[in-house]
Amino acid sequence: MPRLPRERVVSLVEIEGLDVRLDGRPVLSRIDFRIDPGEIVTLVGPNGSGKTTLMRSVIGAIPSAAGRIRRRPGLRIGYVPQKLHVDTTLPLTVGRFLSLPVRIGAASTRAALEQAGAGALLERQMSELSGGQFQRVMLARALLARPELLILDEATQGLDQPGSAAFYRQIETIRDETGCAVLMVSHELHVVMAASDRVICLNGHVCCHGTPEHVSSAPEYRALFGTGTGGALALYRHDHDHRHDPDCAHAGGPGHDHPRAGTERTPG
Amino acid sequence: MSLLDNFLIRAALAGLGVALAAAPLGCFVIWRRMAYFGDATSHAAILGVALALAVDLPIFGGVLLCCLLMATLVSGLTGRGHGSDTILGVAAHSALALGLVAVSLIPGIRIDLSSYLFGDILAVGRADLAVIWGGAALILGLLGWRWSRLLTATLNADLARAGGIDPGREERVLTFALALAVAVAIKVVGALLITALLLIPAAAARPFSRTPETMAMLAAGLGAAAALGGLRLSYLADTPAGPTVVATAAGIFAFSVSLAALRRRARRD
Ligand SMILES: Nc1ncnc2c1ncn2[C@@H]1O[C@H](COP(=O)(O)OP(=O)(O)O)[C@@H](O)[C@H]1O
Ligand SMILES: [Mg+2]
Repeated sequence: MPRLPRERVVSLVEIEGLDVRLDGRPVLSRIDFRIDPGEIVTLVGPNGSGKTTLMRSVIGAIPSAAGRIRRRPGLRIGYVPQKLHVDTTLPLTVGRFLSLPVRIGAASTRAALEQAGAGALLERQMSELSGGQFQRVMLARALLARPELLILDEATQGLDQPGSAAFYRQIETIRDETGCAVLMVSHELHVVMAASDRVICLNGHVCCHGTPEHVSSAPEYRALFGTGTGGALALYRHDHDHRHDPDCAHAGGPGHDHPRAGTERTPG
Repeated sequence: MSLLDNFLIRAALAGLGVALAAAPLGCFVIWRRMAYFGDATSHAAILGVALALAVDLPIFGGVLLCCLLMATLVSGLTGRGHGSDTILGVAAHSALALGLVAVSLIPGIRIDLSSYLFGDILAVGRADLAVIWGGAALILGLLGWRWSRLLTATLNADLARAGGIDPGREERVLTFALALAVAVAIKVVGALLITALLLIPAAAARPFSRTPETMAMLAAGLGAAAALGGLRLSYLADTPAGPTVVATAAGIFAFSVSLAALRRRARRD
């Protein structure tokens, strides 16, 4: 995907020095983060490391204790939350769900479901879907918003392995076709990393970040995940190198301390 | 037209107005699990009556004010408006008790408390009718205008935020509509039974609805049937009107639930 010269790229979301406390407990500290148009950025980190919290900060759901979050004005976000409980008291067909909050025509609804591999579900009740069906419907809805930033929090939960591999291929296709940026969380490290432009390893703070190769060989990452995924990564990784130039993908503008790909390490 | 016709027609119109506005609001009360929240809000109405009598305000104004204050207070205490059973239970019963005490403290006024506790639909006058239909129209207008946003915020706060909707604002809209509904309905069913009128028709509509919209409309129809049928029954059997309307709604609910159970069994076989 052709990139604009660096000066003219306006980040979709820019976060500087973010601290988040939940119930008075520090959950995130000193987070610097940005995502540019068309990038696929993956958050990895153990359970409770603050991945969901960071995503919720990005959509503006959590007040920050310190730091700055800047979203590009009018940014359209498609969000697939980690958990969505549809109460059984609420009757809601898949078709109706897709039209929330913006009414979508029947044809677009059908097309979006087909594209998400959930064409037969239109008339089903949301509360009766299986985990995998539910995730496909969530993705379909997120895409209907024609997002500039797609946020996926463990979106492949409940999908079987071929389903989840197909899911990530679809995410890449969507990025290539629509140019939307993708921010996702996943535990399927090797698969996800193969599809990512950048990986951020989180554990309350940013442990390390950069290209998938860089992160998977970083000692901070290995301390958290062991060394097993490094080999798998090489296997799964196919040639994505044309997609980005590591130098321009990570260089921060003035006033940001985003170290360059390949060299970054956050102390701590 | 005789006088008798007139007050019965007024009563029927009052019941109809309240039932129509209560139905979609009641759906949100069910979806958001706010039943206890509704109790806390509506029980504050008696405090509002006392306030209105004390400072010579219209009853409607006093009730609306107290209900709004109570709803805001309880939302603040429980964070999301329907968090903690304990806080809501404490608030609901304290408000009722305080209201009863306050009314008794007002010097020189002997009021018929039961008409505020259980309603006095047969005493609805033209001005009351205007207030009821004005309030009902406002509630329906508000809910209709913000319907999609309210639904999205009810489904999931984060999903709403990602779509540019402020779930806090939608919650305040519902809180206001609820307080307004209480102020409008107190004359019809009284403070103690308002929540019933919100909940029961909506609950009866649930098994036969596939979308939120059908549930709201079906609830409106069932609520209207309960209001008119209950009034008729109370006239025939000479029973108090408000409780009879709620009892009729309960009958409709029992019928709906049984029908749904039969239908499920028929499908299984
Ligand atoms: N609403 C909340 N209130 C208080 N603490 C929370 C809340 N949500 C999450 N946390 C805490 O914040 C930490 C990070 O949670 P989360 O962001 O969900 O982690 P992850 O998504 O990486 O598994 C956890 O320790 C969790 O217990
Ligand atoms: Mg999470």
